[in-house]
Amino acid sequence: MKRHVRASNLMLHSITRVVTFVLLAFSIYLFFAGHNNPGGGFIGGLMTASALLLMYLGFDMKRIKKALPFNFTTMIAVGLLVALFTGVSSMLFGYPFLTQFFDYYDLPVLGTTELSTALPFDLGIYLVVVAIALTIILAIAEDDS
Amino acid sequence: MEILMSITVGVLFMVGTYLLLTKSLLRIVLGLILLSHGAHFLLLTMSGLQSGTPPLLNLNSEAYADPLPQALVLTALVISFGMTSFLLVLSYRTYKAFKTDDLEQLRGSADE
Amino acid sequence: MSALHWVILSPFLFALIIPFLFKYVSKIHTGWFVWLLPTALFIYFMNWLPVISSGQVVETTISWIPALGIDFTAYLDGLSMLFVLLITGIGSLVVLYSIFYLSKKERLGNFYVYLMLFMGAMLGVVLSDNLIVLYVFWEVTSMASALLISYWFHKDKSTKGAQKSMLITVAGGLAMLGGFILLYQMTGTFSIRTIIDNVDVVQASPLFVPAMLLILLGAFTKSAQFPFHIWLPDAMEAPTPVSAYLHSATMVKAGIYLVARMTPVFGGSNVWFWTLSIVGLVTLLWGSISAVRQKDLKGILAFSTVSQLGLIMSLLGVGSAALTVGADDPIYSQAILVAIFHLFNHATFKGALFMAVGIIDHETGTRDIRKLGGLMTVMPITFTVSLIGLASMAGLPPFNGFLSKEKFFSAMLNVRNFEAFDVGSLGFLFPLIAWIASIFTFLYSLIMFFHTFRGKFEPSNYERKVHEAPIGMLISPIILVVLVIVFGLFPNLLSYSIIEPAKQAILPTVLPEGEQFVVNIKIWHGVNTELLMTLGVVLIASFLFYLMHRWAKLAIYNRERDPFNWFYDNALTGLTSGSQWITRLQMTGLLRDYFAYIFTFMLLLVGYTFWRFDAFAIDTANTSVIEPFMWILIPLLIGAIVTIPFLNHRITAVIVVGVIGFLLALLLIVFRAPDLALTKLLVETVTLVIFMLAFYHLPEMRKEKFTPRLNVANLLISIGVGVMMTLVALSSAALGNEAGYESISDYFLENAKELAGGYNVVNVILVDFRGLDTLLEVLVLAVAALGIVTLIKLRLKGGEDV
Repeated sequence: MKRHVRASNLMLHSITRVVTFVLLAFSIYLFFAGHNNPGGGFIGGLMTASALLLMYLGFDMKRIKKALPFNFTTMIAVGLLVALFTGVSSMLFGYPFLTQFFDYYDLPVLGTTELSTALPFDLGIYLVVVAIALTIILAIAEDDS
Repeated sequence: MEILMSITVGVLFMVGTYLLLTKSLLRIVLGLILLSHGAHFLLLTMSGLQSGTPPLLNLNSEAYADPLPQALVLTALVISFGMTSFLLVLSYRTYKAFKTDDLEQLRGSADE
Repeated sequence: MSALHWVILSPFLFALIIPFLFKYVSKIHTGWFVWLLPTALFIYFMNWLPVISSGQVVETTISWIPALGIDFTAYLDGLSMLFVLLITGIGSLVVLYSIFYLSKKERLGNFYVYLMLFMGAMLGVVLSDNLIVLYVFWEVTSMASALLISYWFHKDKSTKGAQKSMLITVAGGLAMLGGFILLYQMTGTFSIRTIIDNVDVVQASPLFVPAMLLILLGAFTKSAQFPFHIWLPDAMEAPTPVSAYLHSATMVKAGIYLVARMTPVFGGSNVWFWTLSIVGLVTLLWGSISAVRQKDLKGILAFSTVSQLGLIMSLLGVGSAALTVGADDPIYSQAILVAIFHLFNHATFKGALFMAVGIIDHETGTRDIRKLGGLMTVMPITFTVSLIGLASMAGLPPFNGFLSKEKFFSAMLNVRNFEAFDVGSLGFLFPLIAWIASIFTFLYSLIMFFHTFRGKFEPSNYERKVHEAPIGMLISPIILVVLVIVFGLFPNLLSYSIIEPAKQAILPTVLPEGEQFVVNIKIWHGVNTELLMTLGVVLIASFLFYLMHRWAKLAIYNRERDPFNWFYDNALTGLTSGSQWITRLQMTGLLRDYFAYIFTFMLLLVGYTFWRFDAFAIDTANTSVIEPFMWILIPLLIGAIVTIPFLNHRITAVIVVGVIGFLLALLLIVFRAPDLALTKLLVETVTLVIFMLAFYHLPEMRKEKFTPRLNVANLLISIGVGVMMTLVALSSAALGNEAGYESISDYFLENAKELAGGYNVVNVILVDFRGLDTLLEVLVLAVAALGIVTLIKLRLKGGEDV
């Protein structure tokens, strides 16, 4: 994002490609691990944000805009709504706001898996955290002028 | 360990407070960061730094560390992140608008 | 919700639709719609009259805040009946009058909304049994009154008058609230009924006198008693219908109502008797003398109202003596009867007079008695109305004012024979003051009459052609003077329908159950002291009026403004400049100073708590082991922290702060908090990136230059805060161990698996047990992010200020 980082910096590019990929994968693992191991929406979100940050550091703005066509401000709202709807959905069944449920299912590839409503809630948090971190940083960065 | 940590927390608060009382915007932001560090560790220390395993139930241990202050601090961490970034942006926007970061010169407003 | 509650609320509900009526039905004067409500309410209450007259009461309750003992209890007895009839009856007449007084071009919507607000609140005051509800309605009447006084707000005098009435009555109201709370302390209830039943508890309490004086303060400010009367003359800036309604017939009598209502509680005590009698008599005298000095017709009436209110107040004081004697003794209890009777009479004749003055003002454009004169032939009906009203006010037969004046004299003469309260030789002062005040009352009535209606008519004094008012405007005052005559000739129409039940309500304990007071008002008593006193009044006042051209030149006559305004004016300017001074003193505009205040007070508070509760404790037994590498890590950390203030390079400072953050994250791993450690690491990283970005825009730090004194103060404060936090951390850990409470965490640890199906307890707390906290937390983050985007993207145009 800093303009004086030249696009021809091959070393940076190659490393960034690899590391970003690893970071993203790890962040997704962290996100799903959250319920039973260290991790969760916050941590996963922050990790994803750092991975994307690295991309912004390594490549120039235009290219990333192409690769990640998100409006992060909208993403904040989407995340909040996801979390909110998870909470509200329990009310449809007569339970208090934000009551979470879980059960174990046999899924084809994954074997016996626990599915819980806490996951979409955490997804909302994840989205909000990613979006906020990037909104803040991009807003500052674009203020260069 | 608790006593040592209490002293560390005291130092964090002391330096944070001192920085808050200065005139430079950047120092004040740094002071607030230190203060929030202090607050997080104060919470953890007050509940006792139990030895025991991390609060992960699949470790099947006898004693777990207290999960509640950890959850509280996690929340606080994230919020202080938001606060820090906001303050930082606020201070640099202030500097850009008024061409000074000295609070002495920033006092008062046109309305007075 | 009973009918009575709806009655109290109906004016408020009606007020909601008035603006629409005003806007969309502009062809018909809004007043006509409004007029229906008080008239309907008046008829409604008249239906209750036989029930109440037979000694029954109506009581209905709806719970409001039962936990605090605050219920909306509507209570209708003889005393309330008297007032609701005044409020709705006079209200109906005043609205009718206002239809002709205010043209359709005025902001009628506002006017009638305020008026309905007042009427509802006033009904609430006299119908609630709960002191807190009463207080709320009481303050609403003050508010409505101020709004109505400042109705013509473009006039400076109107807003000043409104401010004055607001400040004085609301301050009194607050004192009254204090008194109510003291009563609650004594009895544990806000219900007036229950307090009266437990009057022994109240009278035995040491808080008896403070509570009484506080409540009296409220009553005196509202009822314009000396020396708080100064707001009433200034309130005459209001439109005349308002003056007739609020500032003579109803609102100013709220204080009288409160005193009457509280008589069973406080009556019979020495302080109550003397305070009420002295304040009442001084007000009576002061008001009547001041009225003579006025040149504005409404000014005369205002001070006259002040003096008449004093008269009623003193009667209530004298009559409270009845509670000291076991049985009914007319010597004592007659004063209460006169108070009720005069309250009623005053509303009729003063209402008529205000309306007549309003007509004169409306038709001639002036109220100055130096300009007016000779209106007798020009406005014959107004003249007749005024003549009857003035004669009644002055106390001439056969009007109702004469009866109440005679009765007033005899009640005051009775005081000489009092055995209670050590009246002794001071007893003769009561009738003497009453007599002197009556002379002045007669005198200002004469002045009003002769300077307005007699003399020569000078058309050049008026800006418009003077003629009689339209008939609609005359209806209300005519109805009122007819009442003046009817009740003057047949006073006993009121005896057992209104006066007796009201007296029962004021003195509930005097008579045995089921008996009635004897109320018999006669017009001719034979030649007695009272009649001779009246003769004296007429003769001396006429003589003084005859000599008026002599004393009219005196300076004391020409200075109209009440000298007590001096105190108010100075207090007001003093208050303003004083608060500005204090604000300037502390609000320096320097963030450093504000932080210094906050931290100093925090230190003082926490320090005091430590000292007061002996809270310091240190627990060396239950601490966890310090691993050896900690002896390196912690000193390093502390060293890094302490260097920050000495760093003058922004990059170095930020990097050191970053290092501290990472070190702390390391510590978290040691403390068995993997989630925290991960989060902290990531947060520190992202924060560092933000810092680096923001650097582009921030200047280099400079060395802080402080005066040595400030430097020492800053050091002391920060060291103090540091030490305090260490002590807090140590003590809370130690005391927490000592208390041995069961931790909430145990619940989470036990149930994380069963209830939420998760093994990571911290995460389960966040997303499941305390999900709402987390949701709100990300909301905070979202708001912060939006704030940042706004700060950066929103560029204000030149000159715009946030």
